[in-house]
Amino acid sequence: MTLSNELVLDASNISVQFGGLLAVNDVSFNIPKKSVVSLIGPNGAGKTTFFNVLTGLYKPSEGKVMFGDREITDLPPHKIASIGLARTFQNIRLFGLMTAEENLLVAMHSHLKSGIASTILRTPRQRKEEKEALDTAREILDFVGIGKWSSEYARNLSYGDQRRLEVARALALKPEILLLDEPTAGMNPQESAVFVDFVHRVRDARDVAILLIEHDMSVVMSVSERITVLDRGEKIAEGTPEEIRSNQRVIEAYLGKAASEGRGK
Amino acid sequence: MATRAARKAKKATRQPASHRTWALGYLALAAVMFVVYQYALPWEGLPLPIYDFLQLWLPPTAINEALVYVICALGLNIVVGYAGLLDLGYVAFWAIGGYCAGWFMSNFFEQWNFHGLASVPTTEPGLHINFWLVLVIGGAVCAFFGVVIGAPTLRLKSDYLALVTLGFGEIIPQIFFNGEDINGFNLSNGTKGITRLDPIPTGVKDLGPFDFGSKFVIFVLLAALMVFISLQLRRGRLGRAWLAIREDELAASMMGVPLMRTKLASYAVGAVAGGIGGVAFATHVDGVYAERFNFSISIFLLAMVVLGGMGNVWGVILGAFILAWVNSTGLPALGDTFNTEFGTDIDFPSFTFLLFGLVLILMILFKREGLIPESRLRMVLHEGDADEELKPAQEEKK
Ligand SMILES: Nc1ncnc2c1ncn2[C@@H]1O[C@H](COP(=O)(O)OP(=O)(O)OP(=O)(O)O)[C@@H](O)[C@H]1O
Ligand SMILES: [Mg+2]
Repeated sequence: MTLSNELVLDASNISVQFGGLLAVNDVSFNIPKKSVVSLIGPNGAGKTTFFNVLTGLYKPSEGKVMFGDREITDLPPHKIASIGLARTFQNIRLFGLMTAEENLLVAMHSHLKSGIASTILRTPRQRKEEKEALDTAREILDFVGIGKWSSEYARNLSYGDQRRLEVARALALKPEILLLDEPTAGMNPQESAVFVDFVHRVRDARDVAILLIEHDMSVVMSVSERITVLDRGEKIAEGTPEEIRSNQRVIEAYLGKAASEGRGK
Repeated sequence: MATRAARKAKKATRQPASHRTWALGYLALAAVMFVVYQYALPWEGLPLPIYDFLQLWLPPTAINEALVYVICALGLNIVVGYAGLLDLGYVAFWAIGGYCAGWFMSNFFEQWNFHGLASVPTTEPGLHINFWLVLVIGGAVCAFFGVVIGAPTLRLKSDYLALVTLGFGEIIPQIFFNGEDINGFNLSNGTKGITRLDPIPTGVKDLGPFDFGSKFVIFVLLAALMVFISLQLRRGRLGRAWLAIREDELAASMMGVPLMRTKLASYAVGAVAGGIGGVAFATHVDGVYAERFNFSISIFLLAMVVLGGMGNVWGVILGAFILAWVNSTGLPALGDTFNTEFGTDIDFPSFTFLLFGLVLILMILFKREGLIPESRLRMVLHEGDADEELKPAQEEKK
């Protein structure tokens, strides 16, 4: 596995402070084009917080984020989303009372142009745009395998399908980078195995780089080209799955955590 | 599979096929009312008991006033029902619309002379602009104020937004109330109000304050316009974004929906309806009076939206009609009947707000989704909280 050295995203020296807590401490991190990279670490390591910095939800107290050659550190979240950074949420956050396809259409908002007047008057351009958007939405739903539920309310879908719908909704943004926050949470081992294939299929067919936060080590090890390990806000290791597997600090971070809590992976 | 059958059934009830049914139903009702007011009521041969009954329980002025409430409630529904923003100062837009009618359709500004396709002779002093244009002006001015007020406040969390809008709803009417002498300029004629508005030109006949039947038709048309606008927007790009914000603001912004702009749009569109309703109301009472635009109207409109079913235009129409009617006619008429029957002297209308408070509490307790709920809301409120169901596995993992 060789990573291209062209980067889609480059975050340097990011720190995030919550009151007295340094949730992310001077972390530098990049994403090569069309790669699948992972961010792992024990609970509370700062993974989601780091995600939230990339997507503009939190502004870092230090550091900057470059998307291609554009700085996005201070852009509002919706801008960052519309220029190509899409995410899913650790706790599913679908629009439960909207249908699956409506969820995708919402994500296409920034790519659609119709304004108030053309929507009220249903101008030919508006109709054409809506029809094309709907076709695209259905196509993406088919792609993730939930096409038959396109007009079902999101909250009525099964848990696994909701996870898929979250990915589909993120893909509807036509992103260059897809950020997945614990996408296999709550899946059984078979479902997780299917998910690994799915990630590769998304990357290849949709031309995106994928950043994955994941607790399931079998998924992480088989899907990632590069793994970055966070512990208590700090980056403690970065490398290929083989390197990470044998890294002493990583083992300690995980075992220490597991021993103190009496469980672990 | 049983669940699949259930899903199919749900799908069948959800589709907006019923929009047409509702629209036709309401239009048929409006047609009947029009015939009653335009032809039956003035007819000599109408039996006296029927005439008395109609005048007591369904007087034309009350119906037209209710229609004004319908127009405004439909606007508020866009803000509250669609976008999920709590607005407690909606009366401000109603007032601004009203004063637009007062300023541009009367002799009030006699120091200026301007006639824009008006229904009165050009010898009349003051600003006289055609009613239909004033509707547009009132809507536009309100949209402008909606944006001006919304831009700084919509960043706030919803509780604060409620407070700021509340303040706005108090300040605007106060300005009109005290606007008799602003550095020597008479903006609003203060407590005396502005009265005698130009008739409404229709091409056939100019409608004065007593042309109830014809004005009824105009108000129905305006309400229908608001329904049309609501439904069209709801099914388009903007309406989806509103709903997404109502569902989960953070997720919406993460999906590329600009929160401020989208909320502002709902505020502005809602304000337009308030302006149109204000102009309509001014022609209905043939004037504008500052003391009529008080806080209770904002709450009243909110109650209409809640009672009818937030987000469902058909429910909102029903809610607005019922509450407006109870307020203007139902309670007083019931009081009169009751008092003459039993020889008592109870002031029924004074219980209006007690009654509305009760209605609101009962609705919240037993029928939170409103009389005619939006199908989406019906689901949540009867199946438990959406959030609970959306994240089952994530908790158990930790
Ligand atoms: N908005 C916030 N305000 C204050 N503290 C926060 C906030 N968000 C996260 N934290 C804290 O920052 C630390 C890192 O949290 P974060 O959610 O990033 O961890 P994580 O690596 O995603 O963990 P998990 O595997 O449990 O999802 C935690 O101690 C958390 O309590
Ligand atoms: Mg997390």
